[in-house]
Amino acid sequence: MENRSPYIVDAPSVSVIMFKVLLALIPGIALYVYAFGLGVIINIFLASFTVILTESAILAIRKLPIKVFILDGSGLVAAWLLAISIPSIAPWWIIVLGTLLCISFGKHVYGGLGYNLFNPAMLGYAILLISFPLIMSQWQIPNNLIENNIDWLDQIKIIMNSSLLSKETIDAMSSATPLDYIKTQLTLHQPLNIIQQNKIFGFLGGKGLELISLGYLAGGLYLLKEKIISWHLPVAFLSSLFLISLIFYSIAPDTYASPLFHVMSGGSILCAFFIITDPVSGPTTPKGKIYFGIAIGLLVFIIRIFGGYPEGVAFAVLLMNIFVPLIDSLTQPRIFGHK
Amino acid sequence: MQFKNIFKFHGGVHPNGNKSLSTSLPIGRLPIPKKLVLPLRQHVGRVAKLKVKPGDQVLKGQIIAEADGNVSASIHAPTSGKVLKISEEILPHPSGLPDFCITIEPDFKDTWIEKKPISWKKLDRTELIEALSQSGIVGLGGAVFPTHMKLRINQSQPINTLVINAAECEPFITCDDMLMRERADEIIQGALIAQTILGAKECVVGIENNKIEACEALKKAAQKTAIEIKVVPTVYPSGDAKRLIYLLMGIEVPKEKRSMDLGIQVFNVATVAAIYRYLELGEPSISRVVTITGAVKAPQNYEALFGTPLSELIIAAGGSPNKTKKFIMGGPMMGFDLPSIHVPVTKAMNCVIESSPELFPAPKPVMPCIRCARCADACPVNLQPQELYWFSKSSQLEKAKDYNLFDCIECGCCTYVCPSNIPLVQFYRYAKSEIIAQEKSKEAANTARERNEFRLARIEREKKERAERHAQKALGANEKQADDEKKSTIAAAMERVKQNQQENIKT
Repeated sequence: MENRSPYIVDAPSVSVIMFKVLLALIPGIALYVYAFGLGVIINIFLASFTVILTESAILAIRKLPIKVFILDGSGLVAAWLLAISIPSIAPWWIIVLGTLLCISFGKHVYGGLGYNLFNPAMLGYAILLISFPLIMSQWQIPNNLIENNIDWLDQIKIIMNSSLLSKETIDAMSSATPLDYIKTQLTLHQPLNIIQQNKIFGFLGGKGLELISLGYLAGGLYLLKEKIISWHLPVAFLSSLFLISLIFYSIAPDTYASPLFHVMSGGSILCAFFIITDPVSGPTTPKGKIYFGIAIGLLVFIIRIFGGYPEGVAFAVLLMNIFVPLIDSLTQPRIFGHK
Repeated sequence: MQFKNIFKFHGGVHPNGNKSLSTSLPIGRLPIPKKLVLPLRQHVGRVAKLKVKPGDQVLKGQIIAEADGNVSASIHAPTSGKVLKISEEILPHPSGLPDFCITIEPDFKDTWIEKKPISWKKLDRTELIEALSQSGIVGLGGAVFPTHMKLRINQSQPINTLVINAAECEPFITCDDMLMRERADEIIQGALIAQTILGAKECVVGIENNKIEACEALKKAAQKTAIEIKVVPTVYPSGDAKRLIYLLMGIEVPKEKRSMDLGIQVFNVATVAAIYRYLELGEPSISRVVTITGAVKAPQNYEALFGTPLSELIIAAGGSPNKTKKFIMGGPMMGFDLPSIHVPVTKAMNCVIESSPELFPAPKPVMPCIRCARCADACPVNLQPQELYWFSKSSQLEKAKDYNLFDCIECGCCTYVCPSNIPLVQFYRYAKSEIIAQEKSKEAANTARERNEFRLARIEREKKERAERHAQKALGANEKQADDEKKSTIAAAMERVKQNQQENIKT
């Protein structure tokens, strides 16, 4: 007779965990809409739709129960993360293609839920960034915050078919991201304080973007409170990014942006609470999480400052994903009663 | 609540205790049943030696099976009556396998054999241990290790601290709780006796903070003694001996060591109470308190004679033994399904829970591991259950061993918190049994190889010896004319060769 104890369990299901992650993204997304309009919502819809279709097809081919694995919610999390990472005025096929690649190559090729080596959302993002660098660097101007008005029909038009809009309208809607802008302007030997007077800059990071980051921060704190994520990863990542940028900033404040700018810009906050906290592709030991977070913080800074791309989150995460098995095996905690 | 001088261990879980179910009524007494079935093996160690045969009349407290050697425990007749048969019966054991039992038909007179209280204060340690080896007392917390063995101490490591385990951390179980409420004096007296025998400097009782009444009772009973009652937080598995030692003293007992090696000995409350009853009252171990709880109508604790059929206990608790229902022995975290309701109450049976889908829902479908490491956060040994699962599942047994699979205490915390509903502990049990089986077969293969080598060597040696004898004969025939001197030289040389060879074989 098989001994099947324990007979009792008390755990949130995988679905509950994943839907709480989606819930935690809502404040950030709401602020996104507030600052940039409805474009991001359209992208989220497209991504959700694509991920459900793609996963259903793959699960059917793999002869796995479709309903169970769609409802686990992990596909939606990846799709949403990708949808909020790409420019909100990118054409519709960008997010569709990205989601398709992210879920098939990022997740199911490795065996589906629980088996992927890389963070699926970041894999999808990296493929898009490498394949369509121009589209991926065309960011929307936070119209709502600057001109007080945005034609949401224009947003739908630009996503669905950009030829419906005049070139002037498109140009008026888009700009480089603050990280990108600093990078290009620095090559023109502009001092940083002049660069940061551009209208796309806000108090700490990019105008609008810093607001969204605060929204993600709120969601992240909710995840911490719900014990969906542990403090190790966000704390390690943010402090490492903060410290390395502080060092450079204190040496040459004219060339290097402030540590707060780095923390509040680009995908830093999203990365800290939602991306590196993906349990499947990250380390599991407490020490390992700290090393992983520190390394990604350093890599993000290095890529932003010295790399060819203005933002380094996706590449930093993917690079460190490779080291996860090694990190885990080198950071085994001390077992009760062992030396 | 503030805990003074408590060392919290890593992990642990907080399941719903469900203890109040069975604590509203005092410990009940079961009537003597129509028959008692006493397994010869109710303890860890060697099976007790049979001392009776069918047809024998026995008195209450009479030894009916004797401890076989040191690591063994005697079995006593729980009441007076006649030995009906000695046969294989089904036992309350996870294996579900039958084993030899003595069946007694009570005469309902309940006549005691002459009770012989032992004036333990006058005896020395060796004599006391000798006396206790007849008592049939084993660890009543569930480990059922013969108690007199735990009182023997080696000369090099004196016992400094006696820990009395009153934690009772498993949900549903309340037999120790009720015993403490009702017989705190027996427990404290028993603890003092054990402390004296061990020569321990101090004695600490560790009790979870959810047993307020029991704690008060113990404190009252221990008022005039030096015994310290220490309240520990309610966190499963605080009742695991090594976890309790850590909670109380901050000392980690490694896997390969026993607490004795560090000068600490642990006894369960019911065990020390049994020591008291044996020495002071002359009553051997013939009954215990059992919790019957769960879905039964009237959950309660009962003082049940060993050998009482479980069905009697179920009837007493208002259940009907006719329906096919599931019963669990032990708690819901580490217990197991009972193979039948006709198993007897044994020394290990602390609790029986009637299962129901409401209490213990069927396990949900298993999802893939998402490496969330909740199991690692819950593991009281600080293992990495998600890695062990991976290795066990893929039969990478060497790896599982490297990741300290054998440190796992199978407490079930990892399974309890797993969002993917993976029965992790079952994977570890499987991996452990596989490794043990492999090592056994390896050992068997080694023995076989050694035997074969030895056999081949013997054949070789015999062949050589035969050849020598032939050679000698041939020499004798051909060289008859050779002078005596030559002969003796050869003979001496052959002797030397022979000797050398024999020495070679020996070495």
